[in-house]
Amino acid sequence: MVEKHTSDIGFSEAPVRVSEWRRFRRVFFERKLVTFGLGVLVLLVIAAFFAPLLAPYDPYELGDAGESLLQPSGEHLMGTDILGRDTLSRLIYGARTALMVGFISVTVAGIIGIPLGIIAGYFGGVLNMVIMRAMDALMCFPMLLLALFLAAVLKEYFSGIWVVIIALSVAIIPGYARVTHGLTLSIKENDYIMAQRAMGSSNSRVMFRHILPNAFPPLIVLVTMQLGALILAEAGLSFLGIGIDPPGAAWGAMVWDGYRYLANNPVLWLAPGIAIALVVFAFNIVGDGLRDALDPRLRGLL
Amino acid sequence: MTTYIIRRLIQALVVLILVTLIVFFVMRLLPGDPVLIYVAQTAEFEAMPPETLDRLRAEFGLDKHIMVQYANWVAGIFRGDFGTSIFYREDVGTLMLERFPITIHLGFLAVIIGAVFGALAGMLTAVRRGKWLDKTVTPLTYGGLTIPVFLLGILLIYAFGVKLGWLPISGYTSPLDDFWLSTRQVIMPVFCLAVFGLAANARQMRSSMLEVTRQDYIRTAWAKGLGERVVVMRHMLKNSLIPVITLMGVGVSIILGGSVLVERVFAIPGVGSLFVSSIFGQDYVVVQAITLVFAVIILMVNLIVDISYAWLDPRIRYG
Repeated sequence: MVEKHTSDIGFSEAPVRVSEWRRFRRVFFERKLVTFGLGVLVLLVIAAFFAPLLAPYDPYELGDAGESLLQPSGEHLMGTDILGRDTLSRLIYGARTALMVGFISVTVAGIIGIPLGIIAGYFGGVLNMVIMRAMDALMCFPMLLLALFLAAVLKEYFSGIWVVIIALSVAIIPGYARVTHGLTLSIKENDYIMAQRAMGSSNSRVMFRHILPNAFPPLIVLVTMQLGALILAEAGLSFLGIGIDPPGAAWGAMVWDGYRYLANNPVLWLAPGIAIALVVFAFNIVGDGLRDALDPRLRGLL
Repeated sequence: MTTYIIRRLIQALVVLILVTLIVFFVMRLLPGDPVLIYVAQTAEFEAMPPETLDRLRAEFGLDKHIMVQYANWVAGIFRGDFGTSIFYREDVGTLMLERFPITIHLGFLAVIIGAVFGALAGMLTAVRRGKWLDKTVTPLTYGGLTIPVFLLGILLIYAFGVKLGWLPISGYTSPLDDFWLSTRQVIMPVFCLAVFGLAANARQMRSSMLEVTRQDYIRTAWAKGLGERVVVMRHMLKNSLIPVITLMGVGVSIILGGSVLVERVFAIPGVGSLFVSSIFGQDYVVVQAITLVFAVIILMVNLIVDISYAWLDPRIRYG
């Protein structure tokens, strides 16, 4: 990412690029917790992509009589749920749901929110007022509440997981727009932007070829943090029973189902609960690490 | 200052109008017109002739232009008329008045605990930077920001309710009826709601304290021989608290959002559970009303935060 970013603005000075990349690696991997977080995310991606290979059992296959609510054993490492399904396998498949919701929502919201923020910041005036006040209005709703409210309506049109994806996408658009807006305001004051305009570049060229690439590093940090928030919100929604496609596995729903066997089978709610907490923590700590590593103001300090 | 307040009030009014527009028009995205939704839930649906439907539409004002309907809806809310719940067959305003005190009771305690103890923790970890207190508490704040509230709730229930048996695992009693039982019941849910604020305030307070430590006037305070207590309490605390205040808006938003989950885990009959059960019961009038009220509360809190921020920090109001 950094290489791409620097090659966009630094058209000469190859050595600078190398040292910047080195600095990035050094700062990023310096904190052991960040490396740990990155490890968790790598595991998450592997689990999601290779779920059919990794899962010891079919996550949807119902067990025979006597196979329900088994305690953890050599055969079922995390035991089975009320329907006799293997908890570990469902946990692995749940990684797919979490990642899919996170990545699609973060992309959809970015495609809408980033241009809104750039346009508002670049043109200012009435356009700025209209866009930013609309974003303020959306920010008045707690994320989970807005997602639930939208899901209530959307479930008349879409099914299962798509309700959650669309609802969460809308819920995080203002986050993107606000950050991009702030970045645009400061980037557009730079001399190189004025030079572009003096050369007669069109507004859209300045906005998307020059402002956007320069806003990239902070946006990457934002995306990482939002992925954590999205997976947390998705877990909250599925915990409440929104957007589940039975028999599909979602971690939040697994916690809710396991909650009924609170004392007898704690692994049923503990395993998916810890999975959610770990992944959200990992996205946050990696986002933090990226911020330290990408922030040019910290150059020399870190 | 007056100019700033007026400007901020106008802005809040614009946002308020947009909020009502969002809530109204999102609800109108529901397929079928509201009369059909209403009638479909009232059992006599099959036998309803078209003329009756038209009469109902006229009765609800649904034959008018959509903007007129919007205006009527907003006017109704200003009179305290939120409509009638289909499921409870009760006025939504009355229904919310029954449920809101519970959510406010928990939320208010959570806000106070998050602010006071969060700021305190942040102050102590900053003053004792690098010592054992800092090394144990600061990593914990990371956990506080990321742990799902429902997992925390279940963990607490498992540990303190089931294994140790110290606290009741669910339910809600008004403090006016039985203060002791009520307090025991709210400890765990309030902690769940407060944990994000605790962590966020502690982190913000810690970094703003460390920022203030570097200022010249703090060096002067040390140089003239003041004791640690005076330097920290009198000179550092006040200036460090300013950035913490801005977190209040986010904090209230997180608590109101979290109440939906926490009330479900602890089986507390507050607005959060009403909201969730109304979504599943397709009781859209209730869903609409609660969404609106929550958004207006957050709007108000943000307005108050911004104004007090400008009052405390003159750089903002002239900015």
